[in-house]
Amino acid sequence: MHHTAMSPSVPLQEMIRAIRSARTQCEERGVIQRECAAIRAQFRQSDNGGRSHNLAKLLYVHMLGYPAHFGQMECVRMIASPRYSEKRVGYLGAMMLLDEKQDASLLITNSIKNDLSHSNQYVQSLALCTLACMGSAEMCRDLAPEIDRLLRASNSYIKKKAALCAVHIVRKVHDLGELFTPAARSLLAEKNHGVLHGAVVLITELCERNQETLERFRKTVPDLVQIMKGLVISGYSPEHDVAGISDPFLQVRILRLLRILGRNNEGASDAMNDLLAQVATNTDSTKTVGNAVLYETVLTVLHIKSESGLRVLAVNILGRFLLNNDRNIRYIAMISLQKIVGTDHNAVQRHRGTIVDCLKDQDASVKRRALDLSLALVSASNVRSMMKELLLFLSSCPPELRAQAASGIFNAAERYAPSQRWHIDTILHVLTTAGGDVRDETVPNLIQLITNASELHCYTVHKLYRALLTDISQQSLVQVACWCIGEYGDLLLRGECQETEPVQVTEDDVLDALETVLQSHMSSPATRGFALTATMKLRTPLSLTANTDRIQSIVSIYGSCIDVELQQRAVEYNALFRKYDHMRAAVLERMPVIEKNSPGHTNGESTGEPIKDIQTLKVKQGEPLLPQQPANQVLTLTQMHVV
Amino acid sequence: MCSFECFLSADVFNHPLLPLVNHCVSQLLMFSLISSFQMQFMLLFSRQGKLRLQKWYVPLSDKEKKKITRELVQTVLARKPKMCSFLEWRDLKIVYKRYASLYFCCAIEDQDNELITLEIIHRYVELLDKYFGSVCELDIIFNFEKAYFILDEFLLGGEAQETSKKNVLKAIEQADLLQEEWRTPPLTENYYT
Repeated sequence: MHHTAMSPSVPLQEMIRAIRSARTQCEERGVIQRECAAIRAQFRQSDNGGRSHNLAKLLYVHMLGYPAHFGQMECVRMIASPRYSEKRVGYLGAMMLLDEKQDASLLITNSIKNDLSHSNQYVQSLALCTLACMGSAEMCRDLAPEIDRLLRASNSYIKKKAALCAVHIVRKVHDLGELFTPAARSLLAEKNHGVLHGAVVLITELCERNQETLERFRKTVPDLVQIMKGLVISGYSPEHDVAGISDPFLQVRILRLLRILGRNNEGASDAMNDLLAQVATNTDSTKTVGNAVLYETVLTVLHIKSESGLRVLAVNILGRFLLNNDRNIRYIAMISLQKIVGTDHNAVQRHRGTIVDCLKDQDASVKRRALDLSLALVSASNVRSMMKELLLFLSSCPPELRAQAASGIFNAAERYAPSQRWHIDTILHVLTTAGGDVRDETVPNLIQLITNASELHCYTVHKLYRALLTDISQQSLVQVACWCIGEYGDLLLRGECQETEPVQVTEDDVLDALETVLQSHMSSPATRGFALTATMKLRTPLSLTANTDRIQSIVSIYGSCIDVELQQRAVEYNALFRKYDHMRAAVLERMPVIEKNSPGHTNGESTGEPIKDIQTLKVKQGEPLLPQQPANQVLTLTQMHVV
Repeated sequence: MCSFECFLSADVFNHPLLPLVNHCVSQLLMFSLISSFQMQFMLLFSRQGKLRLQKWYVPLSDKEKKKITRELVQTVLARKPKMCSFLEWRDLKIVYKRYASLYFCCAIEDQDNELITLEIIHRYVELLDKYFGSVCELDIIFNFEKAYFILDEFLLGGEAQETSKKNVLKAIEQADLLQEEWRTPPLTENYYT
């Protein structure tokens, strides 16, 4: 193969080749079964010099998804071996086959303990790595003092590993944080980058777990600032350089720790202000690695008590990220902006244009983020232009985002609509474009809105009638249209309208439209209910006997409809025709204005309150006949059954 | 020639990983809700969904690991080339990047920095590359244990333990030499200090 310091394991590679040359799944299983049998047999034999190869084979088989638990005890044995080659594979096996949930993992605690004190650092390293990877709480408690010892007195190679091992221990057993705090503090004085990195990670962990510890470590802010300065300003250091940035991993970690220390604390935040400004300004942003550091800087600036100039600088970095060619950077920018759109609203508004452009991005996650952000940025002053963009987006957005977009648009429209007509137009636009993705309460909400805009009844019914002629597939739209035609049919027939081009319709045309809805296979039962009631309501404005008969015949047909709801209505309406014609006018009178019963509801004014969900109004077509109506001018059918 | 043989003779396995860098980094998923900065696991898999390496830094049963692996591999493989390297999966962030025929996939936690995770993945690939000399998927298949040893010398408990490439490689070299010495007598009895 290629040159390596270590010779390859021939037995292992032979087995891998054999497995790969199997032509079918079945053949592969056969090969593996044979190999496993051989491995098992080898395990039972005493030391034959090939133990590490056997275990390695088993681990390979395990990675393919085959059971390998019979190798667990072999791992335990190998870890206890005096041979490094066997320990190495044994520990690897332990990390792969034994997790803390297995009982067998406890058996290696003693070996780990011994190996932590081994004279050879590579053996110590194996123990440290394994403990940090899969050490259970029990093992951690047992071995914590050892780790603390290594944190204080060992070489850099071991210290850096001990630090990360301590991190794992603290994650498992929070109380042990106290044990490591003194050692962690002194590690900050080390020059070795690996150790420093480990120390910073450890201190971060300790501070996150314990408020007192955090307060004590605040004193280290000047030291951390110094270290960062050294990294940012220092000359070219080839060993730690990545595309011109000196040890970006360490920089990011220090920035993160500074974030935690500066949070909610003016003094600490002040102490790091200049440094953050320096990093934000001087870090090269042409490569990902520089942007990684800038990103962490931005996060820190935004989470501590930074002065406003620095915050603006941070938001501007995010703004620049939005223009980056790299999609990942744009995505990161949007996530971050989303998080601060509440607290730094004006700063984010400055980048609204770019954010809106991201609605057209190819990537669905970027689109989703752009949608969330755009909706959050709608305000009274920009609602018209923003809504244009959002409606445009709605017409071409991926299906999984439509419901969210429609709902967001409705909320924004409700909060910031500059006029009732605009509001109605916007809702109609959404219903036409994405009627299938809107929530159920949209229909009653829209009806409520329409009843409240009395000057627009004529306009609204005209628009809806036209929409109905074009397309009867969008159920919500059809339902609202039917309701309006039933309610304001007289305005439609009058043939005049101030706000829009009137249509010349005859009564037959209107009834045709409603009948089309009734008979269409696309109409849901609920929609048919709307259409039926609307037909019924037209009885009043319609004067010609011919059409009265037509209405009555439509209604009677549904008297034998399979759908129980429709049948019941039809029967009741028929009764109105036959026996209670004198009451019909009162019963089918124009609806009163429906009261809005949700707080925070505005129309053009922004109260700044969060939008609460509008209570679903159960505006079934049958309800005008029931007693719950506030301005009850109608009698219930039961009431009409007066002898 | 049956399809399997075509598969085996495909040139894809010989493509070096580094020259064909692709910017698809999946964010690592975060399963632990305790710590908010932690790499939970790293997976390497081929474009056919075959697992080449799995390193778990959180305790999960074999069954859970298999389930996560299956679902995540499917999710990542379904991503189109022009998509973001980051995705949200369950309550974790996945960072993934494709190098030639191999996907490197990490799960990180909510507060973690996705961009630096990309750098971590890249550093690991560079280490493999230096060690194997123009590394390709075949190297990782046939020397999987070494891929683990290298990873374990770079990351510890899910965190970077050494930020100098040179130092990591030096340590591996030394450890390899130590391993070669297994033919000589084992380490002495008094090796516990």
